[in-house]
Amino acid sequence: MEHTINVNLRIWRQRGPKEKGEFKDYRVENVSTGSSFLEMLDMLNQQLVEKGEEPVVFDSDCREGICGMCSLYINGHPHGPVQGITTCQLHMRKFNNEDTITIEPWRSAAFPVVRDLMVDRNAFDKIQQAGGYVSFNCGGAPDANATPISKEVADIAMDSATCIGCGACVAACKNGSAMLFVAAKVSQFALLPQGQVERARRARAMVKKMDELGFGNCTNTGACAAECPKNESLSNIARLNREFIKAKLAD
Amino acid sequence: MADIKNLEGMIDSTPIMKDYADIESSALPEYQIDSKIPEGPLAQKWTNYKAHQKLVNPANKRNLDIIVVGTGLAGASAASTLGELGFNVLNFCIQDSPRRAHSIAAQGGINAAKDYQNDGDSVYRLFYDTVKGGDFRSREANVYRLAEVANNIIDQCVQQGVPFAREYGGLLANRSFGGAQVSRTFYAKGQTGQQLLLGAYASLNRQIQKGTVKSFNRREMLDLVIIDGRARGIIVRNLVTGELERYAAHAVVLATGGYGRTFFLSTNAMGCNGSAAIQAFRRGAYLSNLAFTQIHPTCIPVHGEDQSKLTLMSESLRNDGRIWVPKKKEDAEAIRAGKKKPTDIPDEDRDFYLERRYPAFGNLCPRDIASRAAKERCDAGYGVGTGNAVYLDFKYAINRLGEDVVRDRYGNLFDMYQMISDDNPYETPMMIFPASHYTMGGIWVDYELQTSIKGLFAIGECNFSDHGANRLGASALMQGLADGYFVLPYTMQNYLSDQIKVKHPGTDDPEFDKVEKEVRDRINRLMNIKGTKSPDQIHKRLGHVMWDLVGMGRTLQSLVKAIAEVEEVRKEFYTDLRIVGSADDLNTELEKALRLEDFLVMAKMMAIDALNRNESCGAHFREEYQTADGEAARNDKDYMYVSCWKYTGDNEKPVLLKEPLNYQEIKVQTRNYKS
Repeated sequence: MEHTINVNLRIWRQRGPKEKGEFKDYRVENVSTGSSFLEMLDMLNQQLVEKGEEPVVFDSDCREGICGMCSLYINGHPHGPVQGITTCQLHMRKFNNEDTITIEPWRSAAFPVVRDLMVDRNAFDKIQQAGGYVSFNCGGAPDANATPISKEVADIAMDSATCIGCGACVAACKNGSAMLFVAAKVSQFALLPQGQVERARRARAMVKKMDELGFGNCTNTGACAAECPKNESLSNIARLNREFIKAKLAD
Repeated sequence: MADIKNLEGMIDSTPIMKDYADIESSALPEYQIDSKIPEGPLAQKWTNYKAHQKLVNPANKRNLDIIVVGTGLAGASAASTLGELGFNVLNFCIQDSPRRAHSIAAQGGINAAKDYQNDGDSVYRLFYDTVKGGDFRSREANVYRLAEVANNIIDQCVQQGVPFAREYGGLLANRSFGGAQVSRTFYAKGQTGQQLLLGAYASLNRQIQKGTVKSFNRREMLDLVIIDGRARGIIVRNLVTGELERYAAHAVVLATGGYGRTFFLSTNAMGCNGSAAIQAFRRGAYLSNLAFTQIHPTCIPVHGEDQSKLTLMSESLRNDGRIWVPKKKEDAEAIRAGKKKPTDIPDEDRDFYLERRYPAFGNLCPRDIASRAAKERCDAGYGVGTGNAVYLDFKYAINRLGEDVVRDRYGNLFDMYQMISDDNPYETPMMIFPASHYTMGGIWVDYELQTSIKGLFAIGECNFSDHGANRLGASALMQGLADGYFVLPYTMQNYLSDQIKVKHPGTDDPEFDKVEKEVRDRINRLMNIKGTKSPDQIHKRLGHVMWDLVGMGRTLQSLVKAIAEVEEVRKEFYTDLRIVGSADDLNTELEKALRLEDFLVMAKMMAIDALNRNESCGAHFREEYQTADGEAARNDKDYMYVSCWKYTGDNEKPVLLKEPLNYQEIKVQTRNYKS
């Protein structure tokens, strides 16, 4: 059965991208272990508001692990200590009474802090804009069953396409690399027949944009895949490397 | 009418309604509703419309600006398609990226009448199921068009690289959803909404790269600007800087989603709101059928007062899960007291109440019916968990198919359930209960998806058009994408064709000054209340009022009480609200307060609409109006119309206009899922 616990929080507070931030200590009591981590932060913010203090700013929207809006570096792990979930899916039953929990924003040169725990992930949109699509106009598509795709291939493409664009891979990487994010999208299209025509151009354009935006290089440490809330596989990165080399050889 | 069991049904609410609506006014000519349904046989209407509508030539498209508010399935598909056509599109969202709109969370699937399964599907059958599912309260011509273009959506999405589920032979797989006897639902695991939205987002990104679409993130629309009777722009608040910004265009499209969070707890995302609809309402757009709010039957039950949102378990689970409660009250009591486990109850003591009451559709009956049946059992004392929960059991599917097959079909949903509830659904049945999920009602639009304000269009969940009194599963994605990819890009041109010579409505028009000042004044008013309650505290109170009194079962008394109680909450809002921080800065509390102020208007309008509708239909269940066996008793004679509410002032009575519903090619009958 659920019970309640008290937790001590060390939370990063920072007014804006150019301002200096610092850790502040808070305490939240009587948190139901059935509550989600973000509901616990909602309780903290309610307390702060009651005291006339500004609430801790953090991104969250769907609260069911799919929109990719929530972030948070909790006790040294993007999306907290439990593998394969986002912060909004983390529940307080994973913590013990009187635990001290450290909460930080994603830390990466490409993701400047907006306020407190909220960061700017616009760079991810820019990478997608560089080539993360099939170029055709609405209305021009052939019948959906015109091109059979093997179930195995469709399933692997689906696994790649599951990326929620949260940025945990970048936050987990000591180099701040966005390779897993880029690789997941390039893989999805490289696997599917619809993506073939622009295959080489897409890999080149997305990698180029990633480099331009200040993301670091990939040194194959695998931290990204280990911390990915959707368990995106490192094989995506291997595939991106192959795609990129093939594209370069073709040049 | 003889089988109406509750004579309270005879209570006439007209005298009470007089306080809220001047029904007589609808006779005035300026209040006549023109839905612009094209002439001709139903199956030819859309073809004829497209053949004769006015278009805008490519050179002129470049000179026309269109604002699209929202980046969900409807907004992103409309923005990208309008961009592809060559218009200049300004696209806004409140999230940090267009990819995060709440369409992303749709799980189960998208309907289309491809008939790939050879099981007797057709455009007519999809149309018929949708109208019947909506309990004959949707506009026939719109629904037929929806069913017609649905097939194109699947083609479009496959070409975008959406990895739909496939059979071993490489062709697309389908599954069944509620309210249909065919398998017409396309899906991508339990993440269909995500994959479709990422498809639309990809098309949108292509246009952003080309420069036809400009994307504005973390911006919230706070008002609509109307110049000479036409929608010409919006005022938005930059959520990062707190600054107010102006944007002008030749037309404005709202794709801002539903108002399900009026109930506070819902399956909607934290940021979902009904504010754009209320802004449009106050500027002259009609709001329609607001009483039709969908309470989804399979959500994870509420756990406590500190909860911020509820989680949906996809309707697809009802393909293989069986819903039950104990047959014996003492078993239900023992389970609630923790003395018995569900697995202790033998099959003969389980009441599979959907299969018992609706043998033809069983566990796959439509959402409104499944939700109400769950409430009926819980109210009668058979609920489990806190008393407000029923079981969704996979024991039978696991015995029949094996655990591996069940894991393959629903693994991610089972994991999600286990994460939240700490129970293993492979071993013990899931507990579920209905929760606010989707709103069928919304901004009134005509056949062209234009509102009652010229140049203002509304698409996707935020309009009222296609789902009548109840939406079928896997139809929301269909409607959002149909509107955005295949309907609006045509119909808008019929409006824009005479705008090509109109001077670009710049943001220096005095009307922009005026509206921006009104927005600023409104923000200052709220900032200066300086009370003691946070927006969330007040919103929770509103949520309780709405769930208890305007929820799954409504009565004349509950609705009258709701209107009074919403007024009380409103009073508390205006006297005791506290917003910390400053207005000219990032301020999440101010964002919540502004949305809440609009939810308060929406709440009252929902109750008024429900009070006006003296019948039960679809998701709108007035307890006075039910048949002897507890089914909804519709009143086609008096209520076969779309209610259209016209704003007349903050403290004035809204005026009710009626758009009659005429069914040409469908026989209106009592909805039957029993045989």
